[in-house]
Amino acid sequence: MSAPSDAMVEIRSVHKKFGSLEVLRGIDLAVRPGEVTVVIGPSGSGKSTLLRTINHLEKVDRGWISVDGTLVGYRRDGDKLYELREREVLRQRTKIGFVFQNFHLFPHLTVLENIIEAPVSALGRPRKAAVAAAEKLLERVGLLDKAAAYPAQLSGGQQQRVAIARALALEPRLLLFDEPTSALDPELVGEVLDVIKDLARGGTTMIVVTHEIGFAREVADTVVFMDEGRVVEQGPPADVLDHPVQERTRAFLSKVL
Amino acid sequence: MSLTSDPPVDPSAGPPTDPSAGPSAPPPADRCAAKGAGAGSETLTIVPARHPWRWAAIAATAVLLAQFLNGLITNPGWEWDVFARFFTAPTILKAVWVTLQLTVYGTVLGFALGIVLAFMRLSESRFLRAVAHGYIWAFRSIPLIVQLLFWFNLAYLYEELTFGIPFGPGFFAFDTMNLVGATSAAVLGLALHQAAYAAEIVRGGVLAVDRGQSEAAAALGIPRLRQLRRIVLPQAMRSILPNAANEIISLFKGTSIVSVMAIGELFYQVQVVYGRNGRVVPLLMVATVWYILLTTVLSVLQHYVERHYAKGAVR
Ligand SMILES: Nc1ncnc2c1ncn2[C@@H]1O[C@H](COP(=O)(O)OP(=O)(O)O)[C@@H](O)[C@H]1O
Ligand SMILES: [Mg+2]
Repeated sequence: MSAPSDAMVEIRSVHKKFGSLEVLRGIDLAVRPGEVTVVIGPSGSGKSTLLRTINHLEKVDRGWISVDGTLVGYRRDGDKLYELREREVLRQRTKIGFVFQNFHLFPHLTVLENIIEAPVSALGRPRKAAVAAAEKLLERVGLLDKAAAYPAQLSGGQQQRVAIARALALEPRLLLFDEPTSALDPELVGEVLDVIKDLARGGTTMIVVTHEIGFAREVADTVVFMDEGRVVEQGPPADVLDHPVQERTRAFLSKVL
Repeated sequence: MSLTSDPPVDPSAGPPTDPSAGPSAPPPADRCAAKGAGAGSETLTIVPARHPWRWAAIAATAVLLAQFLNGLITNPGWEWDVFARFFTAPTILKAVWVTLQLTVYGTVLGFALGIVLAFMRLSESRFLRAVAHGYIWAFRSIPLIVQLLFWFNLAYLYEELTFGIPFGPGFFAFDTMNLVGATSAAVLGLALHQAAYAAEIVRGGVLAVDRGQSEAAAALGIPRLRQLRRIVLPQAMRSILPNAANEIISLFKGTSIVSVMAIGELFYQVQVVYGRNGRVVPLLMVATVWYILLTTVLSVLQHYVERHYAKGAVR
């Protein structure tokens, strides 16, 4: 299992069951640094589960995942994988940003407090430095004037932009997005996609689960089509989206396009 | 009340043309405005619905209330002069203080243990869950008064309490009668009883917080304890507080049960005084007014604490 040195994320033969339901049936995937990978596929195909295994929010049953050359959630000794303790897993997660479909901002904290919470409590950054960095991030997502607002006072699009800023505050090596625009009103989708596109141009490594095919075509280096817990097809957007080889990919695309 | 004078207006009759309305029936006002015809006025006056029965109920209630107040003032049986003499008497004030202490200790210890029990019940260990569950089951089943008497008579069960290695040699030994004096037996009893209820309230509050919250905190790598203290508990407080306030208020009044252990709290002291002078009613009023007064203070406190934890909530 020597990870190729040029992979930021390497996923090998990952299996995952919920009870008797096999959600991931052997996933293999590699993401190079600076690349944007867009994952598409029907509902229930295991996209969220796959994303959640990458930062160990779900444990895998079989296989392994490495990020930036380090195994996630396990330590290897010989041919055994030892599960890491929670504190070590938490430390690994600070290098992996996760943006949820439903934002999950902390409603009782202001926008600024939401963003500085992890840098201060997980990385031990001084509060002052964390605030300065948070303000820069808010400026980047165009919400500096909302620093003192509470999440409930923001629109869905603004909340998701704050959630992205919150994930960026840890300066992660990798960003994971789980349907970041699916909970938004149609007119708010654009502002969130613009922020993600901006990050993509900046060279952040990202895996994005989305149903926005137009976004995938514009931003993705690789498009991955998943169905029933397997990667059915992957490649550049021009191939997978415009000239799919697999019948299932074609059937799915004809429904969403 | 006439049921026939007005044509019934069918709320489901939405479309502009209403076949059931005869030619003589006046069109409902809203349709009139929609057409912009007829009244020719943009501002139609709104006449609120009348509530004759509500006025009747108000009148009846007012009469009963006036009678009650009149009785309070004019009936000599209340003996307000006796009430005034004892309301701030030093023995009573001291008893109020004891009642407050019992409440504070019972609440603090009860909720401290309750929080531990709540997280035991939420833990992934089946053993810890079962122990907490068993505790809650037992202490909710035993009437408080029975439990208090047990503690009070602990000395008969165990004459000595020994601190040392479990089942092994002991280092210190205490005479239980000295260790568990009447007041500490009361505090212990109240706290153990309270803990069972507090545990369920805290657990309910934690479960009411969206799972996505601790998940987002975990995804950000925020340390476990910090997740609880900073993210989950403050949000859980919103549903914990109203129930906790109920519990504290009922514990406050529940301290009167402790009078069976001859502890000089408010209710016991009042009984002692009327046992001496026979003025039962005014002295019961002394206790009542103190209970009401202090419960009111607690309710006001509750209001401000709840407002603090409502930060960020938009209704
Ligand atoms: N925690 C869970 N427990 C049980 N079943 C789950 C859990 N999470 C997801 N599933 C199931 O796994 C399947 C894949 O889910 P998911 O990864 O969310 O799919 P997708 O994101 O592609 O829609 C679904 O059938 C879902 O119901
Ligand atoms: Mg999903």
